[in-house]
Amino acid sequence: MTDLPETRSTKKLGLVIDLDTCVGCHACVVACKAWNTENYGAALADTDAHGAAPSGAFVNRIHSYEVTGDGAPRIVHFPKSCLHCEDAPCVTVCPTGASYKRAEDGIVLVNEDQCIGCGLCAWACPYGAREQDPVAKVMKKCTLCVDRIDNENLPEADRIPACVRTCPSKARHFGDLGDPDSHVSQLVEARGGMDLAPEQGTRPVNKYLPPRPKEDEIDVLAPLLAPVAEEPKGWLGWLDRALDRLG
Amino acid sequence: MHPAASLILFSTLSGAGFGLLALIGAGLARTTGWAGLAEAALAFALAIAGLAASTFHLGRPERALKAFREWRSSWLSREAWLAAATLSIMAITTLIRLAGLPALPLGLVGSALALATVAATAMIYAQLRTVPRWNHWTTPAIFLGHALTAGTLLAGHRLPAAILLAALAVAQFAAWHAGDRRTGATTRESATGLGPRVRPFEAPHTSDNYLTREMVFVVARKHRVRLRSIGLVLAYLAPLACLAIPPAPLALPLAALLHIGGTLIVRWLFFADAEHTVALYYR
Repeated sequence: MTDLPETRSTKKLGLVIDLDTCVGCHACVVACKAWNTENYGAALADTDAHGAAPSGAFVNRIHSYEVTGDGAPRIVHFPKSCLHCEDAPCVTVCPTGASYKRAEDGIVLVNEDQCIGCGLCAWACPYGAREQDPVAKVMKKCTLCVDRIDNENLPEADRIPACVRTCPSKARHFGDLGDPDSHVSQLVEARGGMDLAPEQGTRPVNKYLPPRPKEDEIDVLAPLLAPVAEEPKGWLGWLDRALDRLG
Repeated sequence: MHPAASLILFSTLSGAGFGLLALIGAGLARTTGWAGLAEAALAFALAIAGLAASTFHLGRPERALKAFREWRSSWLSREAWLAAATLSIMAITTLIRLAGLPALPLGLVGSALALATVAATAMIYAQLRTVPRWNHWTTPAIFLGHALTAGTLLAGHRLPAAILLAALAVAQFAAWHAGDRRTGATTRESATGLGPRVRPFEAPHTSDNYLTREMVFVVARKHRVRLRSIGLVLAYLAPLACLAIPPAPLALPLAALLHIGGTLIVRWLFFADAEHTVALYYR
């Protein structure tokens, strides 16, 4: 059934991504690729992996942007994966019912056995969250690691998505965004978490925490340092004046 | 968007085939005797060849029949049902007529279904909010215009075809013009939530990927004006010139061939010209 679920639980599992602390190390990309190549569904394949033009399917990718305008320019690393939208356009366009939104927790998934590889869901997604596997030819996307979060064979600390588990700067958080008291909802509340491209009407569950404004001072100790001599003296001073005179 | 040969062939050939079926159904083409059989065979051949081409776009064509399942929400599924219904009803209509019996009521149903099939094809594209150039009523209008024009040419109606060709040329030009100004509400700033100004600094990967191959296609835009001129001449003006030649046996087939050939270029541009919001993350 590719209609969006009519009755939904209040549970909305998703990620909160902190653009302030992400250092762009791509560890989450590697963790995601590794977990999703060995576990749920078809492996995330590569073509020409060791050749001149390597390419492959990834369901989590890190862009980097230069942001200018207010104060000093800065680089923001920008992880992007499926946002598990409440009004997911990728689900309703699917002709076979392979693409669905799970009623109990809102995770958007693909039943790979039913996927004909038409690619229409990838076209319908504004975020580029879905990629067709180059070998299995079915649509791949972030599953929020359903085979980890529900897996009672794993230690409790590991029952979170692989990207969240591996992030060394704690820039990724996983939880129930439908529960206002959850730690992720609290983070969104405290830091002004935002939707990507809200005008697309997709109502993403995943939220992004904007970078904190940078302080103007470069170093808090700077005012205590001795000022640099503005007029050179001695031999350097003579050289400076002599070279100036040469024109 | 990536102009896949399979989709260009599909929408052009099937469009012409269903356009001709619409005319046959309404009794506006030769429907009896050998001429009627030939006309119907041509329409079925075009429609089915196009549908066959479309399966080459699928990653798993052996599962194509699963596409019939979700007609309640998916335009692609509706298109599959409408195409199957059109072909069935029109096959029955053709057989009844070839047997020398009247079948106009059934033919009219088939005719409506044929046009609905073309409209459903167009709606697959027009529904996508992610592609502002397609997300507009002109998309189904232009697809239906092409189907009817090709059908009228193939059915051999000289004057109506000439009028349709002229009207379609104007409509396509207007649609291109309007599409150029329709950029959509999403910007790089809204897509990333950053600002005031955002510029890509580094891509997530060193070579291309499915997204850039499929949705960040840029080659065509460099030659946009030249290709549009070629399309306008080949798809509309050259066939019009052919029709202006005093009646000759080859004028109409030549005009139809030129129109369908030109439509392939126009359809190539339909895909290649269209920009997807995901390109904002990459460029």
